[in-house]
Amino acid sequence: MMNLDKSKKYWNPYFGGVMLGLVLLAAIYTAGRGLGASGAVKSVLVTGMEAVAPSHVENTPFYKEYFASHSGNPMKSWLVFEMLGLVVGGFVSGAMAGRLKFKVEHSPKITSRKRIIFAVLGGIFFGLGSQLGRGCTSGAALSGMAVLSLGGFITMIFIFGTAFALAYFVRKLWI
Amino acid sequence: MGPLTVYEIISANTNLVLAFVIGIGFGFVLENSGFSSSRKLAGMFYGYDTTVLKVFFTAAITAMVGTLIFALLGWLDLSVIYINPTYLWSAILGGAVMGAGFILGGFCPGTAFCALSIGKLDALAFIGGLFIGVFLFTEAYPVFEGIYKAEFMGAPFVYDALGMSRGVFAAILIIAAFGMFWLGEWSERKFPRDEY
Repeated sequence: MMNLDKSKKYWNPYFGGVMLGLVLLAAIYTAGRGLGASGAVKSVLVTGMEAVAPSHVENTPFYKEYFASHSGNPMKSWLVFEMLGLVVGGFVSGAMAGRLKFKVEHSPKITSRKRIIFAVLGGIFFGLGSQLGRGCTSGAALSGMAVLSLGGFITMIFIFGTAFALAYFVRKLWI
Repeated sequence: MGPLTVYEIISANTNLVLAFVIGIGFGFVLENSGFSSSRKLAGMFYGYDTTVLKVFFTAAITAMVGTLIFALLGWLDLSVIYINPTYLWSAILGGAVMGAGFILGGFCPGTAFCALSIGKLDALAFIGGLFIGVFLFTEAYPVFEGIYKAEFMGAPFVYDALGMSRGVFAAILIIAAFGMFWLGEWSERKFPRDEY
């Protein structure tokens, strides 16, 4: 049943949620682990740093610990392949719905430039937080909740709780 | 018996091919649900669009119930699936820092890549920020290491921490989710926006 919301052409959110849950279940059933995203960013960064600054990587505490617990090529990881697929799947969906377009999406109250600055800033916070929290909304919160991990629930509550708590102060970015 | 890769029913390379296929499903579902739009995602925090709440909790419940059913049917060995470890302070602090990033940037990592796939340039900027943020963590790791490893609790289940059985907790979570869906629907009627 394709429950389409005609005005925006997006799926009904409950249908989308069931589909996302089934994708997550497929990951757990085949790979024994949930979905993720931020881990792939880390793999790319580690690979890039190894290529451009090998001596720095050898002498930095983080990388020493990383390579002690990870063997093999960081790019040959489940999360990297999953994220490559994600980009393909998003593109196919966007193409089918006629949503492919280069644009900076922002509230009419702010400029594209301001939107870009805050997007970078938000990305920095999210990147740092995802390392501190051992995973992002996908890997820690969603997948953690699905396997009923205490940490997953705590991280989920603090991601959404903090965003709600700060929403008023940055409302001009969005409404 | 699953997980298929742990029980060596599929090879490590097949597992990577499946990761790619699962990723396609992940991206397809996120995009079709509207998660490639930062203003739709941010709507969650102003009440005008609670798609995030509905998709996120429906997905969590679906996967949780599916996992429990698979285990009951003997298809899935729950003892070997990955359970996120809990380091109390980093779970709290990391979550809070990510929440700040969410409301400032309008994306999370997965949705940003999904939005980039259809051409959103604000998502590209967010992803640039992600790399800077991860880089900052790796370079300043000694500064964060203390809090990163503090209060390690193993990999506890939420229902054990709350002193209830798995089934009871799952039932409560499902009821709570329906309560939140009702709140979400109410909120969208109360704070409507035409175009965003």
